[in-house]
Amino acid sequence: MRYSIVQLARQALGRHRGWAPAWRDATPKDGYDVVIVGGGGHGLAAAYYLAKVHGITNVALVERGWIGGGNAGRNTTIIRSNYGLPGNEPFYEWSMKLWEGLEQDLNYNAMVSQRGVLNLYHSDPQRDAYARRGNAMRMHGVDATLLDADAVRKMAPFLDFDNARFPIDGGLLQERGGTARHDAVNWGYARAASALGVDIIQNCEVTGFLRDASGAVTGVETGRGTIRAGKVGLAVAGMTSHVAAKAGLKLPIESHVLQAFVSEGLKPLIPGVITYGAGHFYVSQSDKGGLVFGGDIDGYNSYAQRGNLPVVEDVCEGAMALMPMIGRVRMLRSWGGIMDMSMDGSPIIDHTPIPGLYLNAGWCYGGFKATPASGWCFAHLLATDTAHDTATAYRLDRFRTGHVIDEKGAGAQPNLH
Amino acid sequence: MRIPCPFCGARDSREFVFRGDAQPVRPGGDDAGAMFDYLYLRDNPAGAFEELWYHAQGCRNWLRVTRNTVTHAITDARLARPEPAA
Repeated sequence: MRYSIVQLARQALGRHRGWAPAWRDATPKDGYDVVIVGGGGHGLAAAYYLAKVHGITNVALVERGWIGGGNAGRNTTIIRSNYGLPGNEPFYEWSMKLWEGLEQDLNYNAMVSQRGVLNLYHSDPQRDAYARRGNAMRMHGVDATLLDADAVRKMAPFLDFDNARFPIDGGLLQERGGTARHDAVNWGYARAASALGVDIIQNCEVTGFLRDASGAVTGVETGRGTIRAGKVGLAVAGMTSHVAAKAGLKLPIESHVLQAFVSEGLKPLIPGVITYGAGHFYVSQSDKGGLVFGGDIDGYNSYAQRGNLPVVEDVCEGAMALMPMIGRVRMLRSWGGIMDMSMDGSPIIDHTPIPGLYLNAGWCYGGFKATPASGWCFAHLLATDTAHDTATAYRLDRFRTGHVIDEKGAGAQPNLH
Repeated sequence: MRIPCPFCGARDSREFVFRGDAQPVRPGGDDAGAMFDYLYLRDNPAGAFEELWYHAQGCRNWLRVTRNTVTHAITDARLARPEPAA
């Protein structure tokens, strides 16, 4: 069923009783060409692009719980491509370009809103670093504008510009950045993939891998039976170590909990996404009106999907230092998601040492914005056995060879948080 | 989260600095493969996990803590380097 204004009017006349489920809740077949493990945004996008771009429709996506029930539904919905390193910037810009055409491509309203991402700077050295990053972005054809304090004041007059310790001197603005509706992204990809023939199998936990005599992976053991596969792709960020261990892999990843917060609903207040340059705090406002904000990881290994009070206080202190008016707002909810913290803070989209097993992992706390390009590049790898042009740096062996991508120098344990 | 320091008693986790997995031991020699393993590879278990915490704002001892990464429940905490026998 194609969604359109005509369809909406027709369904309204039928008192909205004619809407069909957006995707098929499939039961597993004996075997598929490709099995993707993990029904988050990255797995769903990979399944969709496998079918759409590469014509591989005999695909199953298996998910332990329900699709979008993990980090895909726990992030703070920010999209941007303001990276500085050559290994990162083309990839994230490809993601941004896919975001810009996503809704027409999927025929689904993902509420992509390019309201701007503003990184504030608070000192001359930080301004220089931001200018350098902005120039690196522009050399890759990406928009970046360096603003002085007056220009920032026009956008966000409520910030504490004259803070004695961290005055706001300006910011680096990416106007094409913004937010998207995270759940709708998952649902849109699921609907579009399902329509192309992909089987989406929920409540189907992978408990082991089928191996042939040579050791190659030839399928997965699941709670709903054995599924043979030509290739198996893991897109289970947060749980990567746990699942990969079932195939005997030990990876350069630690799982950490990252908390996020939302306030009560307010009238329009925050114009875009604003990040604090002197503490770990960032904020945007959802279309429903809640201020969505977050900060640093808790800093210890965790699979618990909930954090502790010290980081809550740290985030709120950052918020108060940047925009004191936020002290009048009540926090409504907080939650935690499990981050795949790779050791250099950058992702992995690559073969594994085991034939037939492919890895999409290590997204740290930046996976949501990458969803379309991650799916695109993982599908490319699964279909062609070669890395996509924008993802050649995301190799698993880069830690062994020394080609790490230290965009922020903030992996799991650099002690730089 | 409260960590039962064997010297100070149960104290708020914000008094401590997290160091990470207690298993990796820095290899001697110049075996690049062993150093890669030590620096980058982690078991990262979901469940019981032995880790190092430093009681920076307390007794300044290094602790070896056994904590469940799924529930955050701490089942054991001892000095990382035991007291030498008198």
